[in-house]
Amino acid sequence: MPKVPGLVKGLGVTMGTLFRTVKEGADTVQYPHAKEAPPVRARGVIALREDNCTACMLCARSCPDWCIYIEGHKQLAPPRRAGGKPRQVNHLDRFDIDYALCMYCGICVEVCPFDALFWSPEYEYSEPKIADLLHDKTKLGEWMETVPEAPELEAGAEKKK
Amino acid sequence: MLHVAVEIPYWGQSLLRVLGGIAAVLLPAGTIVYLFLFKMMSFMQSRLGPMEAGPFGSMQLFAEVGKWLQKEDIIPENADERIYKMAPIIVLVSTFLLVVVVPFGPDAWFTNFSAGVFYALAIGSVSVIGILVAGWSSANKYSLLGGLRAAGQLIAYELPMVLAVVGVVIQAGSMNLQDIVVAQNTGSIFGWDGIGFPFVITQFLGFLIFMIAVQAELTQVPFDMPIAESELVSGYMTEYSGFRFLIFFIGEFATAGVFAFIASVLFLGGWGVPFAWFGWDSLDQVDNWMNIGGPLIMLTKMMVLTGIIMWVRFSYPRFREDQLQRFAWKVLIPLSLANIAVTAIVKVAI
Repeated sequence: MPKVPGLVKGLGVTMGTLFRTVKEGADTVQYPHAKEAPPVRARGVIALREDNCTACMLCARSCPDWCIYIEGHKQLAPPRRAGGKPRQVNHLDRFDIDYALCMYCGICVEVCPFDALFWSPEYEYSEPKIADLLHDKTKLGEWMETVPEAPELEAGAEKKK
Repeated sequence: MLHVAVEIPYWGQSLLRVLGGIAAVLLPAGTIVYLFLFKMMSFMQSRLGPMEAGPFGSMQLFAEVGKWLQKEDIIPENADERIYKMAPIIVLVSTFLLVVVVPFGPDAWFTNFSAGVFYALAIGSVSVIGILVAGWSSANKYSLLGGLRAAGQLIAYELPMVLAVVGVVIQAGSMNLQDIVVAQNTGSIFGWDGIGFPFVITQFLGFLIFMIAVQAELTQVPFDMPIAESELVSGYMTEYSGFRFLIFFIGEFATAGVFAFIASVLFLGGWGVPFAWFGWDSLDQVDNWMNIGGPLIMLTKMMVLTGIIMWVRFSYPRFREDQLQRFAWKVLIPLSLANIAVTAIVKVAI
């Protein structure tokens, strides 16, 4: 008997939600017709800024799923200053991420010392064929356009030099 | 039996009855599933539910049925095949047998038993056999546990249901459902006959117990131990797929509709309007249009009652097995016995 008020209250909650949904609309979004804007820092897809990449392999080695494939070769670049020795640089030949394997942990983004990998909130890249989920460096580079501006640092945070 | 101008031959009457029975079972089932299971539940969870198939998703049910019919009919290797195949049909047939006694109008009934209440309560428990058989024959531990739980629960809640109805039978002085409808619509409250005398007023406790027992009989949520999906996968339905699952599914909601029909006959005045409104004195004087209006009134009452059943279903968490049994034996049965005693004493005293 003492539980009856609680039971009635429970019925009230569901009926209240029903009327609220009728009056103000649902909390959900009718996906293909309307899209939800994901938060700025959402982990949608990983974008590559090719110029920053030195083919150092840190991301490929830290990836728990081994879904990053990197190939590169050494080549000579013109010297920084006139009369200097030509520099040796790593040239990136191949940078693929297999999104069929990726588990979106973000360790590669964290570990990259040269700011070459970024999170983008874009999420609509499903494919009818699983092999098409292997994004090469051109495609990963295209995702760079969707990477949002880095949010403002918190007050008192250490500035990057 | 029908007071229409053309005399309908016996085979025609039989055909009408069969079609009417199918309509009386499947129409409520479809409406309940779309209106309550798809839409009301979704809105209570602040979402819209199916919206793609037809306007506002109203064709969703046909899409679902089409999907189920395409599925492979899987029978487990160790299952008792013939009984396994029979079980869903037993459940559905018990629903059809149940709707047979429900009167929908002065002449719109399938059969007019003089012991209609007795028949309804007896047939109402036949579905237990189907469920128990489904659980045993599946050769699956989850199915078996689900079937046993279902049997224990349905037997426990059959009793308060029967006892709650006894109060109505005492008050109406008849076990014929048609007589019970007439008794409610010809009655008057202290001489005022504006709304007749629906038994829900005097038998409110009985109505409450009956609805709780119906909730348990249908294994709707606070009492869904037999199919408890977080414990038993899907209980006695675990191994069923395709159209056999579909039959169980239809059976569940069709039975909800039929029990709501019976509850509205017993407690809410059934198909009738208060006879005093039109100056009718007895069943024979009721106008013929009530054969059309009656079913509509019944449908409205059925929708309200199933709406409440589903509302409760979507609001509450599941009982534990021991709480469930304790609630039936220690609360509902003593209460319904007390209800019978009080009703009998008052009936004799007046």
